[in-house]
Amino acid sequence: MKITPLHSVYANLPGTKLVDFGGWEMPIQFEKGILAEHRTVRNAVGLFDVSHMGEILVEGSDALAFLDYLLTNKIVGSEEGRCIYTPMCRDDGGTVDDLLVYVFSGQSCLLVVNAANTDKDFQWIRQVLDAGEWNCKAANVSGNWAQLAVQGPGSLAVMEKISKGFEPGAIPYYRHRRACQTAGVTALVSRTGYTGEDGFEIYCPSADAPRLWDALRAEGALPCGLGARDLLRLEAALPLYGHELTDSISPLEAGLSMFVKLEKEGFIGRDRLLAMKEQGLPRRLYGLEMSESGVPRDGCMVYLSGETSSAGVVTSGGKSLMRESFIALALLENGRVKIGDEVEVDIRGKRKTALIVKKPFYRRSE
Amino acid sequence: MEIKTGLKYTESHEWIKVEDSIAIVGITDYAQDALGDIVFVEVPEVERKVSKGAEVVNIESVKVAEAVYAPVSGTICEINEQLEDEPELLNEAPYDTFIYSIEMTDPSELNGFMDAAEYEEFINNSKE
Repeated sequence: MKITPLHSVYANLPGTKLVDFGGWEMPIQFEKGILAEHRTVRNAVGLFDVSHMGEILVEGSDALAFLDYLLTNKIVGSEEGRCIYTPMCRDDGGTVDDLLVYVFSGQSCLLVVNAANTDKDFQWIRQVLDAGEWNCKAANVSGNWAQLAVQGPGSLAVMEKISKGFEPGAIPYYRHRRACQTAGVTALVSRTGYTGEDGFEIYCPSADAPRLWDALRAEGALPCGLGARDLLRLEAALPLYGHELTDSISPLEAGLSMFVKLEKEGFIGRDRLLAMKEQGLPRRLYGLEMSESGVPRDGCMVYLSGETSSAGVVTSGGKSLMRESFIALALLENGRVKIGDEVEVDIRGKRKTALIVKKPFYRRSE
Repeated sequence: MEIKTGLKYTESHEWIKVEDSIAIVGITDYAQDALGDIVFVEVPEVERKVSKGAEVVNIESVKVAEAVYAPVSGTICEINEQLEDEPELLNEAPYDTFIYSIEMTDPSELNGFMDAAEYEEFINNSKE
C-alpha cells in the first residue's frame, strides 16, 4: 500500500487506526475517535493528513484554454490566486472526477484531484491533450507534495501563530497564496476545505510535512482521520467521488449545476449535459433524514411509501451529530419527491421511514 | 484491553455472564474498540425465541454495521432499553453494559466458550 510522508509520524501512536483508502494506508481515526474528532472540527480546530490527494500541473500558453475544454467550470479569465471547484466530465456526461484548480498564472494551473483517481485522471488528461493541438503539457507531480488540512473555527488563530510574512486571514475564501512561510516551511496556502467549516489547506514539499504537522499540533490542532472527514463533508452535503459522483453520475444529477457552465463554448460532455438538462434529468441527489432510528448506508434502496419498486439508492449516510439524527444523500428519480415528503429506506431488510430534507444538513453560522 | 474474569467469551467477541438459567450478553472491550464510536443498537423483542447462532442484535458504529448472534438458544427475557438513547455506553463501559439476556433452553450449549485467560490468548493470536 502507498503511504504519505506523515505515515511514520502517526502510524504507531496509540489509538491510531489505519485503513486501506483507495490503495493508500490512511488513518480513519486517531486516539479520541471519530465523533470526538468531528466535534473538535465543528467547535475548535482539527488537523488532517490529506497528502494522498493527487496533484497535476498543467503549464503552457494554452493551459487555461485547455482546462476550459477539459473541465465544466469556467477557467479562462480567472484571476491568479483563485481556487476553482469543478467536475471533469466524460463525453457522455458521466464524471471522471471532481477537483480543485489552483490558478497560478495565465500559463500555469495546479489540479488537485482525488487520490484514488490520480492515475485515471492523469491518463484521461494526457489522452485529451494528445487528441488536440494544445500548446501546454501536464505533469503528475503528486509525489512531490504533502497536503495538510487545518479545519474549524479555530483554524485562523492557529495559522496566524505559525505564519511569518503574510496574513492568513487576508486570504479570502477559495483563494490561495504561494511561497508562504508557515512554521519555517515554504508552502502553498489556500482558504479551502472539505468540512463545511472555515479552514486552510497547506501544500508543502513532502520532506517538510512532519515539521509542519508538529507545529500545527503544538498550536492545539487535533489530528483527525478520514472517518471524521467523511461525516463532516456529509453534513455539509459535499459530494464524495465514488458515492455522489461516478463515471455514470453526471454533475447535474449530483446537484452541481453551478459548477457546470453550459453557456461556455465546447467543453467535454457539454452536448450530453445540455441535452440532459433540456430533456429533464433522470435522477437527482436529495437529502434524507431518518424519522425512524437506523443508519442508512451507501447502497440502501429508497422507496416511495408503499411502493414495491425502488425510486433510487442511498449514496452516503451516517449519524449527524449536529442534527442528532441519521442522515443520507440519495440519488432518486427526479421529480418523484419534494422537500417534506416521506420515503422508506431499506436498512438490512427493514423499511424505515425518512423525510426528504433540504441540503446541506449543516451550515456554519457566520 | 480489559478482559474481565468470571465471564465466558465467544470468538465473535461477546461476553456472557451466567446467572442460573439466564445468560446475560454484551460485547467485549476489544469489540467496542474495533467497532469505534457506536451510534445505534437495534435490540431484539422481549419474549422472542431464538436459536443458537441467530442474528439478534445489530450494532452500528460510525464506520460499520455488525450483527451480534445469539450464543445460546432460548427466549429473550430482558433488553437494555438505555441503549436506545445512549448507544455510546457500549464504548464507555462495555462490561457494565449488557445488551440483552436470554432464558436458556439448553445450558450445555455454554460448553466450549472461552474463559478470560483463553479469550486473552485468542485475541493475542488473532492479532498476529
